[in-house]
Amino acid sequence: MPSIEGVQVSKWFGGVRALREASFSAEPGEVHALVGENGAGKSTMIKILSGLFRPDLGRVRVDGRDVTLDNPQAAMRLGIGTIFQELTLLPYMTVAENLLLGREPRRGGIINRGAMPVAAQALLDEAGIGGIQPLELVANLSLAQRQIVEIVKTISRQPKILFMDEPTSALAAREVEWLFGLINTLRERGTCIVFTSHRWNEVKGIANRITIYRNGETVGTYDASALGEEEAVERMTGRKLEMLFTAPAPLAEYKPVLEVRDLVANGVNGVSLTAHQGEVLGIGGLAGQGQRELLLSLFGVNRPRGGTIAVHGQATRIGSPRDAIRRGIALIPEDRKTEGLLLPLPVRQNLTLPILDRLASAGFVRRREEADLIHAMIDQLGIRTPSADQPVGALSGGNQQKVLIGRWLLTQARILLLYDITRGVDVATKHDIYELIRRLSEQGHTLLLYSTDTEEIAHVCHRILIMREGRFVSELSGPNISPEAIVAAAIRVPGQVKVEVPT
Amino acid sequence: MSIAAQRTSVRIATGDRLRFYSTQNVPLLLSLGLLVAMIVLYVILFVAKQGHAPGSFEFVTTVNNTMSVGLASVGQTLVVLTGGIDLSVGGIVDLTNSLAATMMANNPGSMLLISLLVLLVGAGAGLLNGLLVAFGRLQPIVVTLATLAIWQGVALFVLPQPGGTIPNDFSNLLTGTVPALGNLPCGIIVLLLLIALWQVLRRTLFLVALYAIGNDERAARANGTPILLAKVGAYTLGGAFSGAAGLYFAAFTTSGDATSGTPLTLTSIAAVVLGGISLFGGRGSAVGALAGAFILTLLLSNLFFAGVNPQLQDLFSGLFLILAVVASTLVGRLLQRTRRSAG
Repeated sequence: MPSIEGVQVSKWFGGVRALREASFSAEPGEVHALVGENGAGKSTMIKILSGLFRPDLGRVRVDGRDVTLDNPQAAMRLGIGTIFQELTLLPYMTVAENLLLGREPRRGGIINRGAMPVAAQALLDEAGIGGIQPLELVANLSLAQRQIVEIVKTISRQPKILFMDEPTSALAAREVEWLFGLINTLRERGTCIVFTSHRWNEVKGIANRITIYRNGETVGTYDASALGEEEAVERMTGRKLEMLFTAPAPLAEYKPVLEVRDLVANGVNGVSLTAHQGEVLGIGGLAGQGQRELLLSLFGVNRPRGGTIAVHGQATRIGSPRDAIRRGIALIPEDRKTEGLLLPLPVRQNLTLPILDRLASAGFVRRREEADLIHAMIDQLGIRTPSADQPVGALSGGNQQKVLIGRWLLTQARILLLYDITRGVDVATKHDIYELIRRLSEQGHTLLLYSTDTEEIAHVCHRILIMREGRFVSELSGPNISPEAIVAAAIRVPGQVKVEVPT
Repeated sequence: MSIAAQRTSVRIATGDRLRFYSTQNVPLLLSLGLLVAMIVLYVILFVAKQGHAPGSFEFVTTVNNTMSVGLASVGQTLVVLTGGIDLSVGGIVDLTNSLAATMMANNPGSMLLISLLVLLVGAGAGLLNGLLVAFGRLQPIVVTLATLAIWQGVALFVLPQPGGTIPNDFSNLLTGTVPALGNLPCGIIVLLLLIALWQVLRRTLFLVALYAIGNDERAARANGTPILLAKVGAYTLGGAFSGAAGLYFAAFTTSGDATSGTPLTLTSIAAVVLGGISLFGGRGSAVGALAGAFILTLLLSNLFFAGVNPQLQDLFSGLFLILAVVASTLVGRLLQRTRRSAG
């Protein structure tokens, strides 16, 4: 008997139908992957099965019985635990408070605060996690650490049915390995585990069965051993996918654009690099080795304390994002929703907001000129939108990224710092973004790219610098680049028993 | 992986606990520091002006002057923690103050009954706010702006002219001194009880829910926090604290006035801000708000002793508030930076 079932579920959001009589069913003791493009309805189904949304049509069954899940509490009571894609940690509360939320150790109804960090440490120990202090505020943790805390929190409630929506998107290879070890243990105990991932090798590596969704409908459920990547991608997208990655065109000449010498900043311990015109330069390594800090310091957010930066051969000081923007440097962050885009506003305004002064006479925007610029940019980047008046929030993740990049290009940015911009993005959109990277490189832009996806770095970069503890430890280029070489360079450190998540 | 297995686990060193506590409670510690500075300044100015050290009379007056705002600011804290704001505090104080002054008779039964009634009225007013905010999904600022006007109106209806009386015994009970404890002001006992109550409150699931909501309402919901219930609770209990503020104010002035409570809306918010409580919600402690209330009272005394023209008092209070907030932000940032470069 299936542990959990969604039968003929339909769900509308406004006029958009997110699920169309979709079904899903998972057994105890199996790992079931739910895959599909963004917008295929995976997250919606998971949210319905864990009580966050109510289905407009259809039924939910737990252990063969029809149930009504009015809210997440009701689902929790039935033994359903969920790790949502948007993390549910409370930033200004400690790791311990988050881990124990709603089940704090109590004495006579009053919470025993003194016992909380100890209880939290026990949960972390049990999950085999070191390097996360229970008394630390969640706001001070890295994204990977937060994801880990979220996982520990949910698993420690010993759910019978465990949903994980994109649990690995923030994790580096070692942490994924840790998670899979945990999943295997739970599977042996008979837990029903459902997860989504955009990384095929992860799906293939751990799932017993795979259910594919497309456009809110169920395509089918397959034995993981019987389904190949080609076939899966074809069923997910409904069309044959050529090569996912687009290799960069070789550089004709090496014209230095960005020269960094001995840069020191928080988390960056003496970094030197030269990036050339049209070059896609990968910044690799394990998560949290200073890649984020490096890009932030080149953008003036993480203020450099030492070293020099030259742009187009001209020494410059970058003490703030304003300085960086003036020098033509732009940062595209991982979390586009919180950093930069105004989701309810149309594509048009999102593109031209920073350059309105250039487009205005006496305070009035020259509409025609604005429209020309906007349409040129929509064409140049291949932004898929019904019109320039569409709210950005209604676009797919990949197209939101394009709007953000388009805005920077309009401000004449020539050096783009891309921080993990394909995180949580579906296959087709990833493909779009890789094409875009290639296109930008051909147009002579310089791109610095960090990604948690090793395959991605391996395939779209001209050259890769591997970071460890805030320094570059090796460089890969040309034929030496391969995912295996990147991983090998990244983990060439003394072995550790525990997964240490660096801060 | 059960909670039961935790007893055997490692201990966390006291030093570590202190380090984390101090870095995570910078705003509270700053406001306590500011309070100490204000007290020192008060003593210096007082001695300079009067030629002798402040005595028990000044102590009692300062405490009694502060406790109405203090009580109201604890109520305000509960609402602000959820990310909301309660502008109706002043209206509830007006109403409860007027009710107490018109209804309380000089016998213990009446005192007890009317006190309870006034707290209930406050809680009821808060309940209305809470229901409108939580179930009506209306903006807290709009709801409480409207109920502020409503309760102000009802208060004027109850007590059109300043008047009424509060029995002396009741007044002494809240604003007098206790000879057996070395003439300790009763207000201090109220303050200590309030702090103790807060220490218990913040160890309840209710307060954890308020903090969770203020941190991230969506995430709190996904964690199974009962959002609506907790919000209604915050406004209701907040209203009860406003009722207590009205009662204390009546005891302090020994009479009623249907308009004298109105400023408490803004002073309670000022106390919350000075207390280092984030207006975005989810961060801060009512102890900070109480410190903020005392800072505000001492500020007025200090301006008086410094010989500032009383007509310019408000101007200086405003400047002080801005300065305090700016300074605390700067110090906070500085500490964060040193911590980051150290770690």
